[in-house]
Amino acid sequence: MNINPMAFVDNLYYMGVGMLCILIVMGIIIGVTVFLNWITNRK
Amino acid sequence: MEILYENLLDITWQQLVMWLIGGLLIYLAIAKEMEPTLLLPIGFGAIMVNLPNSGAVSQMVDGVLQEGALSTLFEAGISNELFPLILFIGIGAMIDFGPLLTNPKLMIFGAAAQFGIFFTLCLASVFFDINDAASIAIIGAADGPTSIVVALKLGSKYLGAIMVAAYSYMALVPIIQPPIIKLLTTKHERMIRMPYRPKEVKKVTKILFPIIITLITGLIAPASVSLIGFLMFGNLIRECGVLNSLSETAQKVLANLITIFLGITIASQMQAENFLQKETLLILGLGLVAFIFDTAGGVIFAKILNLFLKEKINPMIGAAGISAFPMSGRIVHKMGLKEDPQNFLLMHSIGVNVSGQIASVIAGGLILKFFM
Repeated sequence: MNINPMAFVDNLYYMGVGMLCILIVMGIIIGVTVFLNWITNRK
Repeated sequence: MEILYENLLDITWQQLVMWLIGGLLIYLAIAKEMEPTLLLPIGFGAIMVNLPNSGAVSQMVDGVLQEGALSTLFEAGISNELFPLILFIGIGAMIDFGPLLTNPKLMIFGAAAQFGIFFTLCLASVFFDINDAASIAIIGAADGPTSIVVALKLGSKYLGAIMVAAYSYMALVPIIQPPIIKLLTTKHERMIRMPYRPKEVKKVTKILFPIIITLITGLIAPASVSLIGFLMFGNLIRECGVLNSLSETAQKVLANLITIFLGITIASQMQAENFLQKETLLILGLGLVAFIFDTAGGVIFAKILNLFLKEKINPMIGAAGISAFPMSGRIVHKMGLKEDPQNFLLMHSIGVNVSGQIASVIAGGLILKFFM
């Protein structure tokens, strides 16, 4: 097992992009769900 | 007489250690009731596969391969991801998305609480190659089937340790989360009340929700379609209203059957020579880091949101965004009651907890998209 401390910094990109993507996807799902509730609850 | 004791002479100290580990898992399952459905079969299986020349796993005997039942089960059900995915049908059938659909905004905490996965990915990459690091990081999904599928697809060498860590930490959520939550919140914050305003959720919404989630996540992270698809298929069976007997079967018989096989088959990867390595200890440590940072991510995100909200939210509910369902939601509810006996957070925390289930699968899909 090799220890490569710089790998932490190198992979911060994935942390940033990963969190951003997951927040965007969940944001889309929230938007769609709100819309779905609105459509189905219209009188 | 030699036939009676010749196998005894083959016992190694490593196998004895694995018996103790198996015994510990069985003890935790029975005496502490920690995830008994999984820890008990895993513990028993760990003992079975660590008997000298165990016939439970495939062995070379005089140059001839002798198939072991657990190895066969592993090939038939885990190496092709079948067991974890079928289990997802059962889990999907058990989940009521009602509290989440009532207040969809809660879903954002499910996303925030995946922070531990990506933080652990960075940390694990210091010690492991990137595919193993990503497989270890997904322990933070707090979701056994997702961990198994991601580790298999990324071809991780540490599947056994990852599976054991994923399921053990899920069982330890009631021990891991409360001190982290307390550390990051003030008593005043923990006492914030969140009135629950029930709203009617139409049946058509409950039916369309699993279909739409599958479409959205499938389009963004196609590698996760089987994960999210099986979960949502189970939920569709539950919500459609015309397949009640299938829904019941999925929730009970199917989930129980797969759980029995899954637990004992996982143990086939716990042979001493593969399991007793310094990397295993490191993986267990990194799994703990993932759970801690998931919890912290959810709580801190809620605290940040509170800076901008007029009606404050109890930041503890952010911690329920890890997908250990329903333990995490219940823990937050109990902690709220402990601070203020009139503070009922259950519906909010369960809503966040369910969103964590969706978010963890999406996180798994993203990890696969990055590294497959």
